[in-house]
Amino acid sequence: MLLRELCELNAVSSREDAVRAYIRNRITEKVETVTTDKLGNLLAVQGSGNTGPKIMLTAHMDEVGLMVVGIDNSGLLKIKTVGGIDERVLLSKRVVIGPNRIPGVIGAKPIHLQEKEEREKPVKLPSLFVDIGAKDKADAEKEVSIGDLAAFDVKAGGFGDRMFKGKALDDRVGCAVLLNLIENHYDFPLYYAFTVQEEVGLRGATVAAFGINPDLALVFEGTSAGDVPPAKKHQQSTRLGKGPAISFMDRSIIVNQALIERLVKVANEANIPFQFRQSTAGGTEAGAINQSQTGIPAGVLSVPCRYIHSPVSILSLDDFENTIKLADAFLKSIERRGLPV
Amino acid sequence: MKKLISKLTAISSPSGREEQIRAFIKEEIKNYCDELREDKLGNLIAIKHGGNTKIQFAAHMDEIGMIITDIDENGFLRFSNVGGISPHRLYGQRVRFQNGMVGVFGAEKVEDIKKLTLNKLYIDIGASSEEEARSKISVGDIATFHHEFTDLGERVVAKSMDDRIGCAVLIEALKRVTNPQNDLYCTFTVQEEVGLRGARTSAFGIEPDLGIALDVTATGDTPEAERLAVKLGKGAAIKVKDLSIITHSKVKDLLTELAKTNSIPYQFEVLPFGGTDAGAIHLTKAGVPAGVISIPCRYVHSPSEMVDLNDVEAAVRLVVAVMEKKIGWS
Repeated sequence: MLLRELCELNAVSSREDAVRAYIRNRITEKVETVTTDKLGNLLAVQGSGNTGPKIMLTAHMDEVGLMVVGIDNSGLLKIKTVGGIDERVLLSKRVVIGPNRIPGVIGAKPIHLQEKEEREKPVKLPSLFVDIGAKDKADAEKEVSIGDLAAFDVKAGGFGDRMFKGKALDDRVGCAVLLNLIENHYDFPLYYAFTVQEEVGLRGATVAAFGINPDLALVFEGTSAGDVPPAKKHQQSTRLGKGPAISFMDRSIIVNQALIERLVKVANEANIPFQFRQSTAGGTEAGAINQSQTGIPAGVLSVPCRYIHSPVSILSLDDFENTIKLADAFLKSIERRGLPV
Repeated sequence: MKKLISKLTAISSPSGREEQIRAFIKEEIKNYCDELREDKLGNLIAIKHGGNTKIQFAAHMDEIGMIITDIDENGFLRFSNVGGISPHRLYGQRVRFQNGMVGVFGAEKVEDIKKLTLNKLYIDIGASSEEEARSKISVGDIATFHHEFTDLGERVVAKSMDDRIGCAVLIEALKRVTNPQNDLYCTFTVQEEVGLRGARTSAFGIEPDLGIALDVTATGDTPEAERLAVKLGKGAAIKVKDLSIITHSKVKDLLTELAKTNSIPYQFEVLPFGGTDAGAIHLTKAGVPAGVISIPCRYVHSPSEMVDLNDVEAAVRLVVAVMEKKIGWS
């Protein structure tokens, strides 16, 4: 299964090689050209000779993770987070480090050695380390180097009633949406950008948008769902099972009104459930794209995910499939009616 | 001028939804420029030819607002801020939506008023059910403060002086300039309040030789105010620094020299917070010397922003002086 395979690959920001190779392999036969740009974005084109507006679809390949920043004399690794991770979720999780996938466990001082005050507070990042089973520093240095990146070691798969769990759903689910859409063909020039380093500041999208300079871009994301207790309705950003989330605003962009209206219209016409992303927090690649060159209209479609930026998050496969359907309906609407903006 | 300011501030124009103000300004200036453009993000650019040096003037059309994030089962609206909004300034105020609907802010019961957050506030549009509210307002709609323009004589008060007063200055300068010595790109920008976004993309397109933003600045002349040198009524403020820019010395000298030779009252401004469109313009491409002519304004980002018409007049004269000075920086 595509989504499971994508989630089990590791691609902490700046080391997206495994996901890039996987996607390149799957799409090469389906597009005119596929290239990797200087920052590592994987860019594919369909219908470059077509008339009509130039459309760019993006999803980021990278995921949040950890970086090895030190090795102590006992062979334990000091770590920093790469991208936004709640430090409280780290303790006792399994990770794999670097391209050789060296296994490790995140450890901390055992509870019987902790003072009373320490027990009452979550363990902070400086007190956490990764244990790779090395007997000392020299032993650890044979397996890992400072600067290596560590990803969570988690099996992905379906469970419950059409639910799916795995790490890095943000944004492998976006990559999976694009890999579904790439099977189709539309009558305008269509650029697919699988981007790098979103989690550390929308970096891949910034340069991809500058290079492609499309007339409109649509970004596909895994976004946080807030439908768990004790969040009240107005505090829930999105809800699982209620359809793809259409963004109207986040920290990085205010989405063009006509673009929102077109997405709503095609969803209603095709009877596809949708919800608005009812939060303005967080940033997306749409913000970076929107600010590129002389300005590029951009929108965001997201699949709601619970427990995002943690070792394991959950989405609804119905939401995933409806996101593909809504994206397809939107792209077809461009064929018939042109750009919304 | 009062009439123009009154009309400009009456329009609701939150960041990202500047259609109404753009249409108004377009109508106001169409006979005073050689070319009128609208770019992809919605910036309105009025071009008037006069020389080789390209000057971009930027005044932002948008104002801070409240975006609706949820409508509850009783028809109350929840919202998030668009631009810098303090929760303590909202309770009891009114808002207006672009379709003309008016609402008032209410708050949940809070034990400690210091702990009031936007999350605990809501907007009441007088709807008695969710259905009624949804028939009038949609999630994603953006409201702005609803407060009338008030004429206090030399001084005037309104919502959205930030930055309708900059727009008014630029409109008036465009009308008054008779002998431009540079190519003028008078830009009415979008989305300044959420991160100088319109200025960034418009400057990329224009590639100016000089950028000058027109915006409000805070004053230090009220009781127990933060210590700031700028005072209401003491002239146009030539910005030296804020968080987005250190004014290029060439630009600061040019503005100061022009103010002196034309006997325009001016003051220097050092703002320890905030930023303006000039911040985005000066980092465009390989860099653009840029500065700001500020209009001193009390109670910025409140529904009652106050400016002094003498400062406004000084700013207009200084802008016209720049337009009519052969600069030769191209």
